Amino acid sequence: MYDIDKIRDDFPILKTKMNGKRLIYLDNAATTQKPQQVISAIVDYYSNYNSNIHRGLYKISEKATQKYSESKEIFAKFINANSIEEIIYTKNTTEAINLIALTYGEKIIKEHDHILISEAEHHSNLIPWMQLAKRKKAHLDYIKLNEQKSGLDIESLKEQMEKKPKITAIFHASNVLGTINNIKDISKLAHKNNSSILIDGAQSIPNIKIDIKDIDCDFFVCSSHKMLGPAGIGILFAKKSILADMPPLFSGGDMIKVVNKYSCAWNDLPWKFESGTQNIEGAIGFRIAIDYINKIGVEKIRKYEKDLMKYFLEQTNNIKNIEVFGPKNIDERVGIASFEIKNIHPHDIAYIFDKQGIAIRAGHHCAMPLVSELSKEKALARISFYIYNTKQEIDESIKAINKVKNIFKIE
Amino acid sequence: MSYDLYAEKIISCYEHPHNKGQIKDANAKFREHNMVCGDDITVYIKVKNNLINDAKFTGNGCAISIASASLITDYIKNKKVDEIEKLDLNKIKELLGIDPGPARMKCATLALIAIKHALKNYLTK
Ligand SMILES: Cc1ncc(COP(=O)(O)O)c(C=O)c1O
Repeated sequence: MYDIDKIRDDFPILKTKMNGKRLIYLDNAATTQKPQQVISAIVDYYSNYNSNIHRGLYKISEKATQKYSESKEIFAKFINANSIEEIIYTKNTTEAINLIALTYGEKIIKEHDHILISEAEHHSNLIPWMQLAKRKKAHLDYIKLNEQKSGLDIESLKEQMEKKPKITAIFHASNVLGTINNIKDISKLAHKNNSSILIDGAQSIPNIKIDIKDIDCDFFVCSSHKMLGPAGIGILFAKKSILADMPPLFSGGDMIKVVNKYSCAWNDLPWKFESGTQNIEGAIGFRIAIDYINKIGVEKIRKYEKDLMKYFLEQTNNIKNIEVFGPKNIDERVGIASFEIKNIHPHDIAYIFDKQGIAIRAGHHCAMPLVSELSKEKALARISFYIYNTKQEIDESIKAINKVKNIFKIE
Repeated sequence: MSYDLYAEKIISCYEHPHNKGQIKDANAKFREHNMVCGDDITVYIKVKNNLINDAKFTGNGCAISIASASLITDYIKNKKVDEIEKLDLNKIKELLGIDPGPARMKCATLALIAIKHALKNYLTK
């Protein structure tokens, strides 16, 4: 049973109003809302055991240290990683990708080497590789969009792989199209071509079961704030064999074992990559977010999201002059849908939605190469669902779409 | 609820904007983006004897940015170059007939910002 009322009850923000109307939050791909449990856990930390970790020889610091490690243990289990040695906390997905590009990438990419990404990446899985390619005079190659522009072209993927990239970095679920990539097959293909592979899981992990051993990727990155947790905490999973040889990016406190005046020894994994005081409240809150997701069950979340998406696609199918991007088959997409209404700029759509109390995103969605391919305005409106959204909210969105068309006198 | 922002005047300016196009022999030109929603406007200005002889624009944008571009390019024609420097959001509000509010400020002022940049470059050339 999926108890939507009980779930909605856990999210205080859903009781608030926006522009005089009950908030309908449909910008979950940007960030999700937080349940009371997560909010309370953070308040509890600051109220009852605030202290630094790894240092204090006293009770509350022990507790904070333990909670911080537990957070990683829970996450390691969540994605079926071997141990917390493979789990590094960063600020967000973007920082996790930069960390790889600036350490591992810096080390293995040489002049004339190839780095492979796709035309549908979020800027955070594009710019760090573009910069690395520039620094090293290496080639940045792109897997093309398919003909329908609903996802990646498999032939193009195979073609690009023949250039033998050293690193392949690709999204799991697209933040614009919603399209899910078959990352298990892509990882296999990458390894067959001696490429290491990074998966940008920012939009997949909130609603797709991740089994890192099954996927067999070298790196997997995501953000807590897109899966009910607090902002300011991101996750880098990396295979232990790679991390062991990887130099740290930042140095300073906590990431060292012993320090002499002219030399030092790095700390054990994963601490070697976490310098200075970490986002303790973030880790604690994130753990509770994972507990919350686990309590419902990722499979149930996925099923619920597919139901919402199916309903949205059916409802928009009856409307004239609207185009919804991405795959038609709901099994191939997560709960994200970008759309266009003929001759109306997405910014105007989002504005009229806002006046109805509905939060959606409009713009280039940090994926300018992709959005420029899809839209002449270089901007799209985007609706994205999460566990607390309902069909009634989709009905309200459909009303808002019709309102937009009325105002602009579009049939 | 008020949809003032989408008043008849603005919608009609958006659907039939004035001064859409390039000026071949423009002596001032500037392209300005609005990163938030992807508005992208280029203005072309022809200055003659220190007067704005002609002003046009190209690009894509939301209703507010296109309507303001249409209205402001109309407005500046035959004005002195140094008068343009003094124009600000208040003039845009007056031309639109409404206050665009903070969320749409960048859209509303996009063309004016581009015009000012274009003229600044022209003057320092
Ligand atoms: C696919 C994808 N990758 C990366 C990111 C970047 O995440 P963050 O802003 O948390 O670093 C996002 C967020 O919008 C995303 O959707």
